[in-house]
Amino acid sequence: MSTSSNNSAPLEARSAAAPARRHRGTKVRRQRVKAAWLFLAPMLIALTLVAGWPLMRTFFLSFTDASLSDLGAANLIGFENYLVYDNGRWFGVLADPVWWQSVWNTVYFSVVSVSLEVIFGVIVALILNAEFKGRTIVRAAVLIPWAIPTIVSAQMWAWMLNDQFGIINHLLMTVGIIDNPIAWTASATYSMWAVIMVDVWKTIPFVALLVLAALQMLPKDCYEAAEVDGIHPVRVFFKVTLPLITPALMVAVIFRLLDALRVFDVIYVLTSNSTSTMSMSVYARQQLVEFQDVGYGSAASTLLFLIIALATVAYLYLGRNKIQLGGD
Amino acid sequence: MNQRQLAKIAKRVGFWALIALIMVYAVFPFYYAVITSLKPSSDLFQVELWLSNWNLDNYAQIFSQSSFIRAIFNSVVVAFSVVFIALLLGITASYALGRVRFRGRSTVMLVILGVSMFPQVAVLSGLFEVIRALNLYNNPAGLILSYTIFTLPFTVWVLTTFMKELPMELEEAAIMDGATPWITITKVFLPLMWPAMATTGLLAFIAAWNEFLFALTFTLTDAQRTVPVAIALLSGGSAYELPWGPIMAASVVVTVPLVILVIIFQRRIVSGLTAGAVKG
Repeated sequence: MSTSSNNSAPLEARSAAAPARRHRGTKVRRQRVKAAWLFLAPMLIALTLVAGWPLMRTFFLSFTDASLSDLGAANLIGFENYLVYDNGRWFGVLADPVWWQSVWNTVYFSVVSVSLEVIFGVIVALILNAEFKGRTIVRAAVLIPWAIPTIVSAQMWAWMLNDQFGIINHLLMTVGIIDNPIAWTASATYSMWAVIMVDVWKTIPFVALLVLAALQMLPKDCYEAAEVDGIHPVRVFFKVTLPLITPALMVAVIFRLLDALRVFDVIYVLTSNSTSTMSMSVYARQQLVEFQDVGYGSAASTLLFLIIALATVAYLYLGRNKIQLGGD
Repeated sequence: MNQRQLAKIAKRVGFWALIALIMVYAVFPFYYAVITSLKPSSDLFQVELWLSNWNLDNYAQIFSQSSFIRAIFNSVVVAFSVVFIALLLGITASYALGRVRFRGRSTVMLVILGVSMFPQVAVLSGLFEVIRALNLYNNPAGLILSYTIFTLPFTVWVLTTFMKELPMELEEAAIMDGATPWITITKVFLPLMWPAMATTGLLAFIAAWNEFLFALTFTLTDAQRTVPVAIALLSGGSAYELPWGPIMAASVVVTVPLVILVIIFQRRIVSGLTAGAVKG
């Protein structure tokens, strides 16, 4: 047909040019891919040195009787650090009630503090999303707890929660909520709440900022529509806002959850090694460093790693439709 | 005044009360630490919201300890070195991950994400061994090395998301002019990446400045400690007589630079945090 014959000339010209271009393209491409791996190499080597190799060694050491003073003289002892039956009793991490207590403490701490952070973080974000004078100042103020080192915030709160001279007991007694001072950090009942209080204070800003970023990307028109229809703001929040910010919330939750499951600093400073608040990280470090039992401590670390890996996989699997992690 | 106007006023009052509440909640612990640190030791155990009289004794006391000054110096050296290394390795890696399509790219991204998420305690014994083998135990250099485990993945991740957003045409033009990838990074991308690098550098600095577990475990003597460890160990003799005045003074000294950084760079920090999480 006439149209096809008309097209054939440019088509030929194009196909003649194509191989040359493709050839050039592959050369540049090959050079770029080579450069890419070259540029990645230092980072990959660094990560292998500080992450990959040490992790493998921790797994290995958990099957040995290594001690901190002499790491080289380690003998393989199989699963004895995990669980062993000896003289009519069970020994090992998995048979240690303190370990299970620390697992429970960690899970309890993570679930409670992350839930509180999400609730308050969303509230703070909704307020910061409103337009008002001095918003920048409020936002900077909200960021302060996030920037303060965990150690320092733990110390500040330890002082405010001091049983005799702390301002919190003082205020609560003045208002009349309590009659006698509470030993916040020392008592088994309240110390976990003290830890949660400090963690929530420190990490609300993080959740709030992530949610705020999501809120600011929301389309304006559905809110205008809702206003025109006279729908109650609370209903708008649950029907429109919440579903739209769920992906951001899911990301915030996983970041916070992974952080909470490995909690160490707050608990170590606020309540040191007390078993009523001991987390898995505190337990593992105590075995490793204070009791010098690297084999046993490594077994606890390995279990902690497995628990967190499982939690991550489960979370990503359950939320696979809602979150998009990964480069693309 | 009708009911509608009243409701409107009530709403505004409630809104500002909520803002005031948030402000007080966020700032009060820091404010209270500042007050405590300025109190004369005789007033320390009087609970009050304002200062009746003040002096700088607590500050004089902590700055008279050479170990505290040494700890600040160590923290500064460690934090700056960590930022430098993270940015150097991060910018090259993020070019590869953000601009070049190659096989194994998603795997590398996944590995980076995995490393940034796993617990520090899990590598503690293995890393201890590495640090001892390199003869870096009780040495700030050992901390610099170990801190790359949490600063590097994060830096690479955020820089990659920024790198991806740069226009393709820039790079094509550079390739047309015969620029090698290294020239493309240093001459074309680096000038454009400064804002992103400032953001990630800032976040890496804060993370390194605040780190506690490794600093506590990999150092032994006062002269090699960083500030968080020094503050945590300022506990004096018994658990019942903590030197609260000096502890609060040291806390304020450590925190003030961070608070200033946050106030100046809040926009950058926010964009960095959200780029790492939301866009990532």
